[in-house]
Amino acid sequence: MLKLSSRWFAWTSSVVLAVASYGVAAGEWPLNMTKGVTDVSHNVYGLHMTILFWCIGIGVVVFGVMFYSMAMHRKSMGAKAANFHESTTLEIIWTAIPLLILIFMAVPATSTLKQLYDTEDADLDILVTGYQWKWKYEYLGEEVSFYSNLSDASRNQIYGPKEKSTDYLRDVDNPLIIPVGKKVRFLVTAADVIHSWWVPQLAVKRDAIPGYINESWTFVEEPGVFRGQCAELCGKDHGFMPIVVKAVPQAEFDAWLGEQRLAALAVAEAAKQHLSFDELYSQGESVYNARCAACHQPNGAGVPGVFPAIAGSKVATGVLETHLATIIHGVPGTAMQAFADQLTPVEIAAVITYQRNAFGNNMGDSLQPIDVVNFTQNQ
Amino acid sequence: MAHGPAPGFSRWLYTTNHKDIGSMYLWFSFAMFFIGGMFALVIRAELFQPGLQIVEPNFFNQMTTLHGLIMVFGAVMPAFVGLANWMIPMMIGAPDMALPRMNNWSFWILPFAFAMLISTLFMEGGAPNFGWTFYAPLSTTYAPASVTFFIFAIHIMGASSIMGAINIIATILNMRAQGMTMMKMPLFVWTWLITAYLLIAVMPVLAGVVTMMLMDIHFDTSFFDAAGGGDPVLFQHVFWFFGHPEVYIMILPAFGIVSAIIPTFARKPLFGYSSMVYATASIAFLSFIVWAHHMFTVGMPLFGEMVFMYATMLIAVPTGVKVFNWVTTMFRGSMTFETPMLFAIAFVILFTIGGFSGLMLAMAPADFQYHDTYFVVAHFHYVLVPGAIFSITAAVYYWLPKWTGHMYDELMGKVHFWIAFIGLNVTFFPMHFSGLAGMPRRIPDYNPLWADWNMISSVGAFLFGAAQVLFLYNVIKTIVVGRKATSEVWEASHGLEWTVPSPAPYHTFTRPPDVPDDDAHLVAGTP
Repeated sequence: MLKLSSRWFAWTSSVVLAVASYGVAAGEWPLNMTKGVTDVSHNVYGLHMTILFWCIGIGVVVFGVMFYSMAMHRKSMGAKAANFHESTTLEIIWTAIPLLILIFMAVPATSTLKQLYDTEDADLDILVTGYQWKWKYEYLGEEVSFYSNLSDASRNQIYGPKEKSTDYLRDVDNPLIIPVGKKVRFLVTAADVIHSWWVPQLAVKRDAIPGYINESWTFVEEPGVFRGQCAELCGKDHGFMPIVVKAVPQAEFDAWLGEQRLAALAVAEAAKQHLSFDELYSQGESVYNARCAACHQPNGAGVPGVFPAIAGSKVATGVLETHLATIIHGVPGTAMQAFADQLTPVEIAAVITYQRNAFGNNMGDSLQPIDVVNFTQNQ
Repeated sequence: MAHGPAPGFSRWLYTTNHKDIGSMYLWFSFAMFFIGGMFALVIRAELFQPGLQIVEPNFFNQMTTLHGLIMVFGAVMPAFVGLANWMIPMMIGAPDMALPRMNNWSFWILPFAFAMLISTLFMEGGAPNFGWTFYAPLSTTYAPASVTFFIFAIHIMGASSIMGAINIIATILNMRAQGMTMMKMPLFVWTWLITAYLLIAVMPVLAGVVTMMLMDIHFDTSFFDAAGGGDPVLFQHVFWFFGHPEVYIMILPAFGIVSAIIPTFARKPLFGYSSMVYATASIAFLSFIVWAHHMFTVGMPLFGEMVFMYATMLIAVPTGVKVFNWVTTMFRGSMTFETPMLFAIAFVILFTIGGFSGLMLAMAPADFQYHDTYFVVAHFHYVLVPGAIFSITAAVYYWLPKWTGHMYDELMGKVHFWIAFIGLNVTFFPMHFSGLAGMPRRIPDYNPLWADWNMISSVGAFLFGAAQVLFLYNVIKTIVVGRKATSEVWEASHGLEWTVPSPAPYHTFTRPPDVPDDDAHLVAGTP
């Protein structure tokens, strides 16, 4: 077996070398954790490498003795077995030395942990809420909030043999914008199930739990775009819940905040306009495909036993008020969310019109944005 | 005195014989291993390249859930119970298990539990799709209707495990032959005794948590619903108070198996028998105070995070003692490398690698980056596949001649080993890299950045799966046409099980065997 195993080692090591050199050439084959862009992430990376090298060192010693025995103390080489089976000294040594090593490891781990937990004196607070399957970001005290979904570009590449883009599944419609040179505190929670907000380059990962508000923080020094994903199984579209954080200079950040406030005014203005049936129907179709089709399916058939159908459903073919209430408030205790905040009045009016007239529902009725506004105000 | 088994199917249905029940457990486990393995291959096939090709995300989640549940509760645990049934009475000189009728019962409820669990795949809404850790509220408020069947299946599995554990404790404490003192028992018996106590301590906790889920789903309670005043994190604390000792339930008997095999093929007594016993007990104790390391990102207070981090790091000490003892047992031995020894050595090496990544995961700040990524998947597959699966495979090759009276095909065994060993490493080693590079676990589709490592992992998984078909073939071949085995089977075999003929008679000891009063349990003499 010595021949077989040495041949095997030669074979594997050449494969490993080939793979490693290919990696260097092609810039692919990522091997290690990101160093990240913050002080915390550098410390975490340093801790990771320290422990890794300790482990490699211990491995070399332990496996070294083992492979030496396997090579030299073989019956086929005429080795005679010794009969020792007890040594208190040895056993004390290999209890004490690992304990000392652990103390060496615990010191940097503890200081980095303390740093991670230091969420005090933040310049900006952002409330991050996890939904199935999107994120909501709220700039506390700034009257700015928005939802962040998987980008259409990524969504359109999921099926079929299409070439995937570099940021496939790591791209969103509305990224989180933060200022550089400021301590930003994230308050993390969830509205339905447990999610986890993770951006590797910031070394921030916090579970988003309904009923809890967890804290985390970051301090980014240089502008940049940092990508992450939900890291806790949160249902069917868990793999399609990316996070994009864009760090920009303070002036740009302030300008962006101003634009967001103006955009909110524009939405309120748009709710006053009157739309034709065709306008509502076609806009409703695109809202449906972006927001509803993940559960109810693009053909409105739903998933039996999991998500109800829209085609022929009691809600979509019943009283308009009930349909509107379902979209506005959701259905508590199910995956059907309250869309009052997530969609504009125009979008809600459009998608309801679409649902009542598509998939063979043929109700012939429609809804104007102003009806949605009135309904919400009368609640 | 030849009391043979009853003929026909009723032999198996009504049997109270520890060997029959042990065999049934092992075959059941083998079947589950293949079913759980097929689910894993569905996962690996979907992950072969980016994009959705083969299954929908919801079905993908059902596959990950059932793969985990079936491997843990259907493959690994019943295999260890099967080995315990077969070997413990023979090792301690007992005629049978202490509670034979209950033994029959604890086996036969298992196929019903798993039939129920697997049948959920065909129900409207599909099988459980919330991961083997089934975190609430995803598994309560947002679960498919089949979750109720899943809860009943878990209850039955738990009942089976508890009955099995009671039987093992009663057998070990009451049925030892004259002269078989506790500190003379083979380590396999010791490790199983400690495992059985762990089972009795934590299976009711699991039963409790699924009962709370049942109440939340059907009786309007709010244990885990924040809107009703409940607490989703409570679920995780209760689950992991069960779940962490559970991972040791799946490894301690493996320590016992390897401690039997390495001395045999090194022709040298096990080094540090008593420290092995104490290390096992320490690991079992520590397993109860480290559960929250599965929850480092859940938002615990800093102090709690530190306590759980230090306690978790401490586990490296007794585990290290065990590894050093095995290595020292091999040192200055006279080694041969039959199939059981190959699997046992692979166990020590790969389990140690899994231990290293475990130590890395214990570092809470670094864990923030590893948590719920493929690095974790790599870690627990490095401890569970070599740890549990390889040790069970080693045990089967080691004791198969004793069970069947026939020798297995050595060449085929070695081919099985090498394909499985290569397949395992090709599958799971790249997961360290994809995980460190940021790939979350339990996603059906991913960014092209991780495509190359995933493709390699998938190739390895199919290789590993193919190796197991060879294993099945070798076992059947041994039973049908294997050449006759001697009583001792191995040149340096030691222990009471090797003093009876091969195959072991249906009733092993019609009178209590003589237990040598020297250190016979330690000394691997030539027969």
